Amino acid sequence: MKTSNRRSFSVGSISLILLGLMILDAFAISFIYLLLGDGVWQLALIISAIVLLINIIWLHPRGFPLRWMSPGLSFMILVSIFPIILTIYIAFTNYGTGHILTKEQTIELFAERTYLPDDAVIFDYTVFQNGEGAYGLWVQEGENGSHAFAGTGRFLIPGAVITEHVGQLDADGIPETVGDYQRLDRKQSLRAIAELADVEFGVGSSAVQITTQLGKAAQLRPRYLYDAVKDAIVDQETAVTYLADNKQGVFIAADGQELIPGYQVTVGLNNFNRFLNTPSFRGPLLQIFVWTFIYAGVTVLIAFSFGLAIALFFGRDMPFGRVIKSLFIIPFAIPSVLTILIWRGLLNPLTGVVSTTLAGIFNQPVGWPPVFSDPFWVKVALIGISVWLAYPYFMLINSGALQAIPQDMFEAADIDGANAWQKFRHLTLPLLLVGVGPLLIGSFIANFNAFNTIYLFNDGGPPMVGTATPAGHSDILISYVYRLAFGGSGGQDFGYASAITMIIFLVLLGFTLIQFRYMKVWEGVGENV
Amino acid sequence: MSNATVQAPGAWQLFWQSKKNRRRVALAAKLLFAIAALSITLLPIMFTVSSAFSSSQSLSSTSLIPENPTLDNFRTIVVENDFWLWLRNSLVVSTTASVLAGLMTTLTAYSFSRFRFHGRNELLLGILIIQVFPSLLTMVALFSLLQQLGQYAPFVGLNQLGGLILLYMGGALSINVWLMKGFFDSLPREIDESGMIDGASHWQIFWKLLFPLVRPIVVVIMVLTFFGTFGDWLLPRLMIQDTDKYTLMLGLQQFIANDYGNNWGAFAAGAVLGSVVQVTVFIVLQEQIVGGLTAGSVKG
Repeated sequence: MKTSNRRSFSVGSISLILLGLMILDAFAISFIYLLLGDGVWQLALIISAIVLLINIIWLHPRGFPLRWMSPGLSFMILVSIFPIILTIYIAFTNYGTGHILTKEQTIELFAERTYLPDDAVIFDYTVFQNGEGAYGLWVQEGENGSHAFAGTGRFLIPGAVITEHVGQLDADGIPETVGDYQRLDRKQSLRAIAELADVEFGVGSSAVQITTQLGKAAQLRPRYLYDAVKDAIVDQETAVTYLADNKQGVFIAADGQELIPGYQVTVGLNNFNRFLNTPSFRGPLLQIFVWTFIYAGVTVLIAFSFGLAIALFFGRDMPFGRVIKSLFIIPFAIPSVLTILIWRGLLNPLTGVVSTTLAGIFNQPVGWPPVFSDPFWVKVALIGISVWLAYPYFMLINSGALQAIPQDMFEAADIDGANAWQKFRHLTLPLLLVGVGPLLIGSFIANFNAFNTIYLFNDGGPPMVGTATPAGHSDILISYVYRLAFGGSGGQDFGYASAITMIIFLVLLGFTLIQFRYMKVWEGVGENV
Repeated sequence: MSNATVQAPGAWQLFWQSKKNRRRVALAAKLLFAIAALSITLLPIMFTVSSAFSSSQSLSSTSLIPENPTLDNFRTIVVENDFWLWLRNSLVVSTTASVLAGLMTTLTAYSFSRFRFHGRNELLLGILIIQVFPSLLTMVALFSLLQQLGQYAPFVGLNQLGGLILLYMGGALSINVWLMKGFFDSLPREIDESGMIDGASHWQIFWKLLFPLVRPIVVVIMVLTFFGTFGDWLLPRLMIQDTDKYTLMLGLQQFIANDYGNNWGAFAAGAVLGSVVQVTVFIVLQEQIVGGLTAGSVKG
């Protein structure tokens, strides 16, 4: 009998579904409306898609099997697929430090910048502040020139009558109070200078701002004007025209001078070209690529062999076997973040007990082995820690798999006179690998992405010298990408980081497909159980 | 050779001739090897436990048993720092995430196991391939996703435990769906059919007949998901700013990162407290967990 995907619905369940969908849709529509109003169209789009999908799944009779997955699928689309699509898109843009904003936002940013024209009137100023914290400026042109006062957003016309009540004047002719504004002393004014620099006093063309010259204010003019026809920004001070280069995402003058920051544009395959054709990018990437494979490969190989050796040695009739296994599971059961940090402490060349003991055994000076500063020793330590983290897992897996191997095969081999090595090489190992093989690949993938180990132990260091972007000798691909995207010192280069992400993804995809083939999942998929 | 052999040569040979005795010697050798292998494995942990109780603040002391055992380090981490708060945050996040993920995985796996529909194989494969994409690298996108969502629904925004839970939900459908589907596949269809004859709906068949049978593996998946999120520190590190919203791993990591050398004992005490539960659960459930791991499930 075949279970039917379709089913008859009772009136009750249909009304319940409709009610649920109506509530969901009502929420979704108002939310999407809000999002669109704020210009967050990407999020609005993905949420519309998810809600539409849920509606179809629950209304269409053939959507019945998908109903069970609709919560999981919704989360997967929003939190996995959507970010992945964005990441792939970013790989083809110049998104990163200096190219964060869109073109419109960048033009707005430049429109706010001002300059001090040669013919500007320079004022001496005195700072005032009212009870609400707003600043006011008393300005005076020269020794005995006209004076004026302005709070934020208030008209300022030199020489005009001041409407506020002006308090007692001091020897220089400056009042102590104007209206509810109190005069600040020199110290207070200096402390407020960063805030003052952002304030325009007065309105329109007569507004003044403080200048970089101490105690002087002036009428500043907007420096950059955008010309939509020429798609260029003109510097009012120098009369230089910066034409928009929509391929690079910058405004650039005829002499090659660029306005900083630039803006975000799609750059095609530029990010990929960088590591394909530029030695200063390709060099470190290649080195990191090779080390990632060595690190993951060697770790898995040693951990597997060590785990297998212990599992073999203990065999099936080990007394206290269960207790010993339980003890072996302990390092595996502790969150690896903690054990990596513990190893970092134990291996500290100056204070760590493991390092100081090793230095004693090998009769080396204090500070040996240099597990934080020497590329070779850092790598040795990292592989050591990773093996320590992984081999209890392989011991457990292997001892389970060994028990599953039928004993009569060994009896047959005994009759044929096979020695212990031959039995291991031709019987145990091949039979073991059938079951454990996919887990070896799985462990390789896990170590390929062992960001925590690399980052927490030594942050990928020591740093490489002479690279185009910061890179470390013990960096693996994933920690290198993290450094490119989030590492502070070299700026953030999301575009390039995403491009390298694509490489990692392809490598991992390859290994995963091999793993699937190994596990024979394809047969399982098509099988009609 | 010992003196005993010289004085009574026959005694040793007699001893060695007995098969039982020979097995005993081999066993003793095996136990010695086991102890040696175990001590290498457990040494770092023993040092950590030792320094948790030690009054000296560094890890350089070579004696495993602290001279003046003290609970000062535990006091430092628990009383003077937000250990309980961090633990509570971790428990909230991990419990919610693992229960939700376990339920969604079970529902999805049931459907894959029992229904045949257009695009089924592609969807099964798609779930796996999406999880291959290293989620670390979508952090920029995830960060701005939480930032945007938080403006409308603050409880799933940045710096919120809800936001963290939401991000873990993105990985809810993983290789565990395959694992779970395998278990459903192994349950005979006759169970469904008998329910169908009695007029049960699909939901009733799932919930009343099949779910009790797969409950053990659901528990394993939930436990592994729980400790996967419990042990994560990177996502909290990038998404959480306030110390009172820290998860335990982030709190301990930041604790040691901020003042490395001076607080080692307190960090060790925190590590011991933070690991006790997980180690106990792993030892109690070891058979099931190893089974789950062998079948391809992952510990974070």
